[in-house]
Amino acid sequence: MNGLLTLLVLLPLAGFLVNGLFGRRLGPAFVNIVGVGLPLAAFAVAVWAWRILEAGGGEPLIETVFTWALVGEHVFEVSFYLDRLSAVMALIVTGVGALIHIYSIGYMKGDESYARYFAYLNLFLFFMLLLVLGRSLLVLFVGWEGVGLASYLLIGFWFQDVDKARAGRKAFITNRVGDAGFLLGMFLIFTTVGTLEMDQINQAFAGGLIPVGIATAAGILLFIGATGKSAQIPLHVWLPDAMAGPTPVSALIHAATMVTAGIYLVARMSGVYLEAPAASTLIAVIGLLTAFLAATIALVQTDIKKVLAYSTISQLGFMFLALGVGAYAVAVFHLFTHAFFKAALFLGAGSVIHALNGEQDIRRMGGLAHRIPWTSGTFLVATAAIAGLPPLAGFFSKDEILWFALASGQGGSFWFWLLGSVTAFLTALYMFRLYWLVFLGRSRMAPEVAAHVHESPWPMTSVLVVLALFSVVAGWFALPQYLAPLLPAPDLRFAWPILHWGLIVFAVLVAVAGLVAAGVLYGDGGRRAEAIERRFARLYRVLAGKYFVDEIYERLLQRPWRWISDRVFLRLGDRILLDGSLHGLAALARRGAGVLVRIETGSLHWYAWMILLGLVAVLIWVWRYV
Amino acid sequence: MDDTTFLLALSGMLFALGLVGVIVRRNLLVTLMFLELMLNGVILSLVVFTQLLGAEAGAVLVLLVFVVAAAEIAIAVPILLLLVRAGHTLDPGAYAGLKG
Repeated sequence: MNGLLTLLVLLPLAGFLVNGLFGRRLGPAFVNIVGVGLPLAAFAVAVWAWRILEAGGGEPLIETVFTWALVGEHVFEVSFYLDRLSAVMALIVTGVGALIHIYSIGYMKGDESYARYFAYLNLFLFFMLLLVLGRSLLVLFVGWEGVGLASYLLIGFWFQDVDKARAGRKAFITNRVGDAGFLLGMFLIFTTVGTLEMDQINQAFAGGLIPVGIATAAGILLFIGATGKSAQIPLHVWLPDAMAGPTPVSALIHAATMVTAGIYLVARMSGVYLEAPAASTLIAVIGLLTAFLAATIALVQTDIKKVLAYSTISQLGFMFLALGVGAYAVAVFHLFTHAFFKAALFLGAGSVIHALNGEQDIRRMGGLAHRIPWTSGTFLVATAAIAGLPPLAGFFSKDEILWFALASGQGGSFWFWLLGSVTAFLTALYMFRLYWLVFLGRSRMAPEVAAHVHESPWPMTSVLVVLALFSVVAGWFALPQYLAPLLPAPDLRFAWPILHWGLIVFAVLVAVAGLVAAGVLYGDGGRRAEAIERRFARLYRVLAGKYFVDEIYERLLQRPWRWISDRVFLRLGDRILLDGSLHGLAALARRGAGVLVRIETGSLHWYAWMILLGLVAVLIWVWRYV
Repeated sequence: MDDTTFLLALSGMLFALGLVGVIVRRNLLVTLMFLELMLNGVILSLVVFTQLLGAEAGAVLVLLVFVVAAAEIAIAVPILLLLVRAGHTLDPGAYAGLKG
């Protein structure tokens, strides 16, 4: 059916407009129907569109909405493009999105800005769908900026709190740095290929006529954009602070969907990266470093959401590792499984925070497993999934990533695999540490908090159950094979099935080792872990300080920039040059007027004489010179 | 002296006469009349040039100037009436305070 994709994109926009304009007056029941109903409808439409796509054998659906601009012979169209990759993304976005909307009914209940919250959330869905369905890089970029805006609005949702408002600003500004790279990459591609339609760009680069230098430059510039949105080193600093937003927002935007936009971008532009091995290697190295360093930071964080935030950064690093070694479909596979278990983890964390009346410090939790069994059970499933225990979702996707990190003919290396495995071990360790400290052991809660612990209402727990279910089964879909016609797997350096099986067994052992290590270190209430912290106090300070990246940026970037802003732009530029020249002009006019005002006497005859004189002067001038 | 030169000279004299009147007379009503005289001098020259160059647009312009002149007088006379009602004199010097 024609117009289906347009409908899909416009449904959440309608939700934003209705709830944003009238939601406050019409009350929470109405807000629920619109704010949750429209994302559910969008999910239904996405499924429908996907069925049509499959009925056509995977032939992409293209829908042109209107012509945006005609510049010379270049046509810029707003058109939507649904192939298997964008279908997977659209299904994740609308599916997980709709679930999180339902969860929000319970979580945000009674908030004074209830309608505004759902309006923003729908706005986010709209821009995210624009991002994944846009055929042209231009439309993708509009969505890209739009989700950044929605993210900013939702991080600073409780803007009365200055810290939260500041966190929103930090996210926005950090993303701008990446966006500059994205824009430059777009310019470069446009001047080279002459179009921004992504399928045509891939074809043009696959033709092999474009120099490697340009492909590398374009690839790196686009990747800079991806590092901003997907929180990779060196632009990862905004994501931990983004946890200031409501927890369902962290689950939807800062774990499941928006931060994976960078993965989607690189996978979508895989034609460029296939021609740019150097850029791909850079992606793999940055991704792996991010995965490893973020995992080490997650080991010592004490805020439940911060642990999950660094875990997200680390998992995104894994996805970039897969992209860097040419296993694009595998990266999307991990994106797919990660969306479920990370959403489940965040929503579980939200349920814990809800149960403890706002407490986020895991040092003041413990022993919650029996008090909130639904939350605890689903959290355990999702933890096992992210740790990579078979047969849960994370096991399959992470194993594929590690296999290609070793065996890919496009830059696979033993060192990638080794550091990746260490990171997988750390992942299991910090996740089970989190589970142990929150749900097991003795309670460390304040008595008045412990007295009020309660399981969350059904909109929240039912969503947790659904997501936990998907955390189990999501890995059973053979997504890389499904996407293979679009994103073929890289050639292997060696095809020894025995090695692959050996690696799988090893990966399981690594995950179990992480579980056991967490049990040993934190099983006794964390006394052994504290002993280790004291033993390696310096290392602990570095990790707890997040490698002091924020402090380094403060010294190297913010202070010099603030100095330049103050001295050069404010005092010299604004006050002396701009204000000075304007004040000078005003003073000149005032002084001139002081002289001229004497001519104005009020006598009509005097004026008539002056006019006569003027006329005569003009006439003489005309006779002389014209 | 042909007709054109005569008419142009006449228009110039009308204009000069009006100007002298505006400058020397100390009665606002008479000043307005002299203003009209100046305007008529200009219009006369306009008509002459229109005839001379055969430009029909000039004839239209003449009518336009008439309309503007009528409108101007229609505003000026009521203002004058109000002034006189307030100040009881037609001498413009008495209203020098209006310069603001």
